Amino acid sequence: MPDPFTFDLVSPEKLLLSEDVEMVVVPGAEGDFGVLIGHASLISALRPGVIDTYAGTKVEKRIFVAGGFAEVTGERCTVLAEEAMPVEDIDQSEAEARVAAAREALEQADNDLARGQAEMALAVGEAMVAAHGAGV
Amino acid sequence: MPSLKDLRMRIDSVKSTQKITSAMKMVAAAKLRRAQEQAEAARPYAERMERMLGSLAGSMESSAGAPKLLAGTGKQDVHLLIMMTSDRGLCGAFNSSIVRDTRRMVAELQADSKEVKILCVGRKGWAQVRREFAPLIVDLIEGIGRPRLKFEDAQGISNRVLAMFEAGEFDVCTLIYNRFKSVIEQIVTRQQVIPFAADALDTGEEQADGASVNYDYEPDENEILEVLLPRNLSVQVYRSLLENNASEHGARMSAMDSATRNAGEMIDSLTLNYNRTRQAFITKELIEIISGAEAV
Repeated sequence: MPDPFTFDLVSPEKLLLSEDVEMVVVPGAEGDFGVLIGHASLISALRPGVIDTYAGTKVEKRIFVAGGFAEVTGERCTVLAEEAMPVEDIDQSEAEARVAAAREALEQADNDLARGQAEMALAVGEAMVAAHGAGV
Repeated sequence: MPSLKDLRMRIDSVKSTQKITSAMKMVAAAKLRRAQEQAEAARPYAERMERMLGSLAGSMESSAGAPKLLAGTGKQDVHLLIMMTSDRGLCGAFNSSIVRDTRRMVAELQADSKEVKILCVGRKGWAQVRREFAPLIVDLIEGIGRPRLKFEDAQGISNRVLAMFEAGEFDVCTLIYNRFKSVIEQIVTRQQVIPFAADALDTGEEQADGASVNYDYEPDENEILEVLLPRNLSVQVYRSLLENNASEHGARMSAMDSATRNAGEMIDSLTLNYNRTRQAFITKELIEIISGAEAV
C-alpha cells in the first residue's frame, strides 16, 4: 500500500479540498495521468473531465473540473481548477442546457475570440454530460 | 441668537444623523469581515498560481518565443491604467487617494510623452476624473461586487483588457487600487500586470520549495503559458478587487466611526447651548416679573 500524500484542489474563490490520498487520477491535456507519492515534478494543463481520488484500489471521490492546471511535486499534488463540483452534484438537465447554449453561441460567433470561447464552453458542457453519465 | 425651538430642531437632526452613521459603521464592519474572509479564501489559489508562473517564467526567460503577455510588445508607448474605486461614497479618503495617485501617474507618463488610457472600475473615481481626462477614459465598469464579489466579475474585466491587448490598443497595463493593511490604513498600490512582472508581485512567504524544483511540462512551456497568463491576469484582477473591497469597507468603517464621534460632540455642544439659552430665557422672564411687581 503506497503512502498517502497531500492533494489540494483550489478554485479562485476558495480552497475546495485538502486531504491525504493514496492516488489521484487527473485529466491532463494530453491524457489522464495517475499521481502517486514520489511522482516526478510536473506542471500540466487540464482538460474538462473528472478527477478521481483513490484509497487503496477503491475510488473515494469523483470531482468534475472544467479545466485548469495541475502542479505535481514529490510530496503533493495541487490542482488549480476553474470550476469544480462533485460528480454526484451534476444536474443532467443543467449540463445539457449548457451544451445547447454553447452550441448556439458557436453558431452565432462572428470572430475567433467568441468562437474559441464557445468551443471551450461546449467542451466543458459535453464533459459534464459524460461525467454525469459515467458517474451514476 | 437662535431660538430654543431652532436649537431643539438642530439637536434632533444631528441625533438622527448620528443614528445613520453608527448604523453604517456597523454594516461596514460586518461587510469588512466578510470581505476579509473572502480575501483569505482566495489566497491559496493566487499563491500557487504565482509559484507556477514564477518557475515557468524563470525557464522561459532565455527563449525568444515567449508570449507577448510575458515579454511585452517591445514598446512602452501606450499605457492603460485600470483605476479601481468604489461605486458608493461616504468612505473617507478612499476614492480620492486613488484618484490622486492616478492623476500623478498620468502626469508622470505624459511628461515622458507616453500615451495614457484609463479604464475606470467603480463610479466614484470616474465621476472625479471624467471632466479632466475625458479623452483618455476608455470606459466605465460599474456594479462590481454587488451583491457579492465573484470571480466572474474579475474575469469580465480581464477579458475586456485582453481583447484590447490583442487589438494592440496598449503596451503596458497597470492596476491602481487600495491594498488593505488595516482598518485605518489602506495603501494605494500600482501593480503592473501586462507584461507580467514576476518581481512586482509581493511574494509574501519565501518560496524555498518552488524555486529549486525542475518541472516537466505537459504540453510544453509555451502552450501552458498561453493559457496560464490570461488566467493569471484574472487572478490578479480578482485579488485587487478583493483588496479594494476590503479597503473600501475598512475606510467606510473608520469614516463612519469618526462621523459618529463628531456628531456626539456636536450634540453635546448644542445641548449646552440649548440649556444656557433656556436658563437665560427663564432669568429674563423672572426679571421682567420682579421689576413689573416693583413698579406697581
